[in-house]
Amino acid sequence: MSASTSNAKGERQRFEQRQRQRSSSIAALSTVAVVVVLIVAIPRLPRWDRVQESFFNGERFVDSFPRLLDAFVLDIKIFAWSTPAIIVLALVLAITRSTRNPALFPVRIFVIGYIDIMRGVPVILWIYLIGFGVPGVGLERPWNSPLLWGSVALVMTYGAYIAEVFRAGIDSVHESQRAASRSLGLSNTQTMRFIILPQAIRRVVPPLMNDLVSLQKDVALVSLIGPIEILRQAGIDKAKFANFTPYVAAAIIFLSITIPLTRTTDYLLARERRRTSATRVR
Amino acid sequence: MKLQLRDVTKSFAERVVLSGITLDVKAGEVVSFIGSSGSGKTTLLRCINLLEPIDEGAILLDGDEITRVGRDPNPVRRRIGIVFQSFNLFPHMSVKRNITLALTQVLGKTVVEANEIARSLLSRFDLIDKFDAYPDQLSGGQQQRVAIVRALAMSPEVLLFDEVTSALDPELVGEVLDVIRELKGSGITMLIATHEMSFASEISDRVCFLVAGCIAEQGTPQQMFSNPTDERTKQFLRRVHAVGNL
Repeated sequence: MSASTSNAKGERQRFEQRQRQRSSSIAALSTVAVVVVLIVAIPRLPRWDRVQESFFNGERFVDSFPRLLDAFVLDIKIFAWSTPAIIVLALVLAITRSTRNPALFPVRIFVIGYIDIMRGVPVILWIYLIGFGVPGVGLERPWNSPLLWGSVALVMTYGAYIAEVFRAGIDSVHESQRAASRSLGLSNTQTMRFIILPQAIRRVVPPLMNDLVSLQKDVALVSLIGPIEILRQAGIDKAKFANFTPYVAAAIIFLSITIPLTRTTDYLLARERRRTSATRVR
Repeated sequence: MKLQLRDVTKSFAERVVLSGITLDVKAGEVVSFIGSSGSGKTTLLRCINLLEPIDEGAILLDGDEITRVGRDPNPVRRRIGIVFQSFNLFPHMSVKRNITLALTQVLGKTVVEANEIARSLLSRFDLIDKFDAYPDQLSGGQQQRVAIVRALAMSPEVLLFDEVTSALDPELVGEVLDVIRELKGSGITMLIATHEMSFASEISDRVCFLVAGCIAEQGTPQQMFSNPTDERTKQFLRRVHAVGNL
């Protein structure tokens, strides 16, 4: 319209530009401030030098690191073979619990009981009970391996946790989706497979990944019944040199897996949102 | 008779929603249901599609009782399609897959055949450029037209429309009604629950006025809108008239 309107527009843009610059300079300044405080303050703590010697010892770090990395391969393996089993078990449990077939009522009750019991006891206890208990009935090698039964304990407990995640996802799909699917002549099973589950799983990816990150760490608990994985190796190194640096090294190795895992999930979710929706609120 | 309703009764808990609906619909006939919210229009259509089990009475398709206890509903639903007020497209599937899923999974068509059906129907209703789009990328009117195409792709003998324009912005209503207009005369039997009185008057062979789960009055659009005899119909039409829907 008039010149005053276009001036107002330019003014608005300049205002937003200033706002943006202001936010980023505040962010930069506060970051620098925090880092400086940490660098200056921490070494001034009264016994910092001894903490540094016990936890951040460069020599011990370099010495332990390769051994820990080797031991970590076992953690990865346990994680890798447990995860698919957990997902399958969790899906079976969740679908059974969500089914409406009255004939399956006793099975549903069993599933609910199973989930309650597995979730109600600490993971570490199940690892002891199953890891020591089951081979105790007199199984021969290789069926008495603590690695095997430790993994089974993880699968059974995490299967129950993740079943509840899937069930929440299944329940979150609106009834009208089921109606639309059934109205087209698709059966209950087809509706679950093509309509309900795909939407349910997409929705629960963040909590699911959260539980898998948790699992990645809880794999270390299997060490308590024998296998030498990273946590146990770190314990051995700690005992040998009376130095805690191997634990810090182990922590860093765990982070090198768990952080990329969570970042990738966020990326995949964002991509999925961009693909299926047109506009987003900024 | 294509579709026969015999004394159909349905309650939710203590509330009677349909109380003894009897109606015969000829093949190719277009029947509209009008009446205020809660009069039972939606429930009636959902019962015909077997999404809600009826309590008493019977519904017959080509003389065959579809509401018989223990009968598999799926073969019936292939012959009776429904379009919902809130579209109910599958948000995780493209338009193509929304339409072809039941074709391949229920009717056993090949992917090529199913895609061909989807393509030709989408072209017919001017939606072909949305073939690979996802529901969230479409306007409400486009989503509802896709939902109609999805139901139509199954070649149903009877198509039920459950207030299909009630969730749409006023300027999008027309494009959806155009689709239904185009379907009239194609031989498909249509039952339409609607609040669009002028549309009901224009498209219907017969209009039924529902009050509290009963058909209070029925007749040709001419009779119903010009010379209603039932006092409740008169009142309803006066009310609708007052808000400018006729």
